[in-house]
Amino acid sequence: MPKPDSLQGALDLLVLKILSRRPRLHGYAIMSAIRDTSGEVLRAEEGSLYPALHRMEEAGWIRAEWITKDTGRRARMYELTPAGKKQLAAEESRWQAVTSAVNRVLRTV
Amino acid sequence: MSLWSRISNVLRGDRLSREIDEEMASHIEDAIAEGRDPAEARRAFGSALQRREESRDVRLIVWLDSLRADAVFGWRQLLKKKATSAAAILSLALAIGACTSAFRLIDALLLRPLPVTHPEQLYNLDRQGIGVNGKFETYDAWAYPAFRLMRAAVKDQADLIAISYPLRVDLTYQSDQEMEKAYLQYVSGWMFRSFGLRPALGRLLTEDDDLTQGTHPYAVLSYDYWTQRFGRDPRVIGRPLRLGGDTFQIIGVCGEAFTGTEPGTVIDIFVPTMMTSKVNRSDQTWIRTLARLRPGVAMEPVRAKLHATSRAFEEERMSGITNMTKRTRDDFLNQTLVLEPAAAGASGLQKDYRRSLLALGLLVVLVLLIACANVANLMTAQAAARAREMALRVSIGAGRWRLVQLVLVESAMLACLAAAVGGMFAWWSAPFVAGRINSPGMRVHLILPMDWRVAGFGLALTLGVTILFGLGPALRASAIKPASALKGGEDPHSRRRLMHALIAGQVAFCFLVLFLAGLFAATFERISNRPMGFSAERLLVLDAIPARPQSPVAWEQVAEHLRQTPGVEKVALAGWPIFSRNSMNNFVSINGAPPGPVLAYYLNVSPGWTNVMKLALLDGRDFRATDTNPGAAIVNESFARQFFNGENPVGKTFERVRGRFYQIVGLVRDAPYRSLREPIYPVAYVPFQTVDDHGALQPIGYGAFIVRTSSANPLALASTLRKEVPRARSEFRVSNIGTQEELNRGQTIRERLLAMLAMFFAGVALLLAGIGLYGVLDYGVLQRRREIGIRMAIGAQAGDIARRVTVDVFRMVVAGAAAGLALGMASVRYIEALLYEVKTTEPAMLAIPALTILAAALLTAMPAVIRAVRIDPVAMLRSE
Repeated sequence: MPKPDSLQGALDLLVLKILSRRPRLHGYAIMSAIRDTSGEVLRAEEGSLYPALHRMEEAGWIRAEWITKDTGRRARMYELTPAGKKQLAAEESRWQAVTSAVNRVLRTV
Repeated sequence: MSLWSRISNVLRGDRLSREIDEEMASHIEDAIAEGRDPAEARRAFGSALQRREESRDVRLIVWLDSLRADAVFGWRQLLKKKATSAAAILSLALAIGACTSAFRLIDALLLRPLPVTHPEQLYNLDRQGIGVNGKFETYDAWAYPAFRLMRAAVKDQADLIAISYPLRVDLTYQSDQEMEKAYLQYVSGWMFRSFGLRPALGRLLTEDDDLTQGTHPYAVLSYDYWTQRFGRDPRVIGRPLRLGGDTFQIIGVCGEAFTGTEPGTVIDIFVPTMMTSKVNRSDQTWIRTLARLRPGVAMEPVRAKLHATSRAFEEERMSGITNMTKRTRDDFLNQTLVLEPAAAGASGLQKDYRRSLLALGLLVVLVLLIACANVANLMTAQAAARAREMALRVSIGAGRWRLVQLVLVESAMLACLAAAVGGMFAWWSAPFVAGRINSPGMRVHLILPMDWRVAGFGLALTLGVTILFGLGPALRASAIKPASALKGGEDPHSRRRLMHALIAGQVAFCFLVLFLAGLFAATFERISNRPMGFSAERLLVLDAIPARPQSPVAWEQVAEHLRQTPGVEKVALAGWPIFSRNSMNNFVSINGAPPGPVLAYYLNVSPGWTNVMKLALLDGRDFRATDTNPGAAIVNESFARQFFNGENPVGKTFERVRGRFYQIVGLVRDAPYRSLREPIYPVAYVPFQTVDDHGALQPIGYGAFIVRTSSANPLALASTLRKEVPRARSEFRVSNIGTQEELNRGQTIRERLLAMLAMFFAGVALLLAGIGLYGVLDYGVLQRRREIGIRMAIGAQAGDIARRVTVDVFRMVVAGAAAGLALGMASVRYIEALLYEVKTTEPAMLAIPALTILAAALLTAMPAVIRAVRIDPVAMLRSE
């Protein structure tokens, strides 16, 4: 059973969109950004966020880089690649198509 | 980039895991900094291990990673037991190397297709049936006129090519004083076009060069010879080459890959068949005939047509021959012509060594099976020791296939290491063995490349071996039931049963190897101890060729000159030495009766020859200087038995064909003639000096000086005598010099080689089987030490314990030996042709392997028995 706030396949889209607006974020910041910008409605689970990040990295949409934080601990910063920009455009239009289709259904029934 | 990064991530898996952990730790730290509850933040990740695995799996290739993990683990396992691993690898390496080596030899001699277009279309024309010697034989020698008729008969269905046997000739590129040796072959001019060969330089022979006799004195060199003799000098074209009385002109060099159609001999020079007078002789068979069937032509009609043509030719020829019995003639005419596939060429070496090499192949495969059984036993014992580890793996979720993979990877590592070492062994040993086949006057040159064929064989062998010894233990290990294994109560007998079956197999193969080795060794021993009738000690043989045939007087002058040379005791002349490849035979007629079916063999010798050879004169006298051929003869015992019913033949006469009469002046002891493997033939020794019908002495074109030297090493005189011959008479030249001992040894090369290799592999097989037996017994004692401890505590005697730990295994040894015996009896049919006067049913042939195996079994059982009876019941039970 998916939880009510689960992202249902839109996680990739959200991550790509956030990274397109604010380059170089680490995992926790991406999670916070999803939570904050959605008005605390959407929540990315740690358990799904990181495998998704690693998968997108392998796919070449995002790239990662280690930086050293003030605390001395290293963090992994992600940013969009050109391939990721194209992917974002594709995902966005796919999402628009899906939501407008869903809206049409809601209006007519 | 993605695939590459995933492959490279496999190789840095530890770092990957560390990075994933670090990223998560960083995340948790941020979460705590934002004021989340540390425990809750950690819990949000769920099972950290599972998260890590998930992330890992997207970033690398899972199966490759598991393979890598297994390889690392397997390597550690191998290192952990260095001694046993090394023993397993070395025994496997020896076996794999020996198999690869045997394959290289078999491939080079029998399988490798000739480097010509469509070698699969090539056939060699053989005749099979009862030969003039009254025995079934297969031979492929043809007379040129027969070839010409056959070629014309099938010219629309097949292309026939005449190729002479390779000749070791004396030739010169300068003066007669600088003669050298080369392998020369007379070939049909159209051979090169038919084979699709291209010249490396100049041009090749064509059909036009081979149509009229004696008009196209052209020679083509092989690439190998051009390289060795001329350093690839392009100015070689047009150079003259003197051979006998003829001068040839070099017109080209053949492309690199083609070295002739005779595996075992690399041809140096090709000349047209039309350049020898033998092309018109119906009674001289000196060529092989290769047929290349045209595409789409059925074989049988072609064969039938060739057979009919050949038979018609022989019938025509036989009508002019009167000294043959009807039976002999009918048998000869009834021989059938067969087409033998000749994609790999056709050579005498193939004929001589086909069975030997296959027998050798059988031996090495048996040794390989023994080695595999050993390693399988080792792996099974290890799997037993690792039963708990396997059970643990299963209980934390390892699949059955994953465990099979784990054990198989370990096996494959063993096999690969063994294959690497074995490859080096094969690289060295195949040329080593090939080098042992050289006989005097016949330099064997097998081309033994290490190419994709050999590599492919090695790879397939390694894979096969892995499956053979790895799959059983792997399946067994994976079938583990965690509950029973963790309790330590798995049925130990089932595992022992597998090991015992392997022991029985090992013993069976070992028995077979020992049995065959015993047969080969006995063959060699008997053939080399065969009574010779003459003494080869201190004998030097000088083959001489004068520039032109010389009168017997001139030959005798040279012999006399040699007698004056210091270090020489005695000198005699002969047409050729005993055990040279030459022979001359004919039917014999006694008292004018029609000739019988048995051939007599002839050898021309000078007075004193029997004395030099120390061939015992049983009756009569030696030749005198006045005896001539025809006229007088000395015969051997077999001749007297065959033609005079064993009566003393001295003083009697016989007729060799067409009115050549001989009076027998002496009787000598039987001695071999051409080959040690053949029975003793009826032989008539006739005088060296031959006269024609008018009593005039005939000039002689070649002969041999047989020299008995006074020094123990006759070769010390070789270079002196080589110089003395032309000093005596300048027309004479020594073409070849060697000892009679070498010729004698040349007769047993095959037997010596087979015996040597078979004994070697018998030793290896015995050692491996012994190690296997030791391992299994030792393992058995280890497994049953609790039981043995209890038995001893309640008063079992040492003898009883010893019996208990060995009885099962000994039952297996006996069963294995019996199976080996049966295998031996079944296989002996195929190797009978390789044996000489050895009966496979001789008690010694069976008893020796049986006793050897029994002794080895007793010896290897000792340590395990001692270990068993030394078990201290108190210590044993306390440790439990």
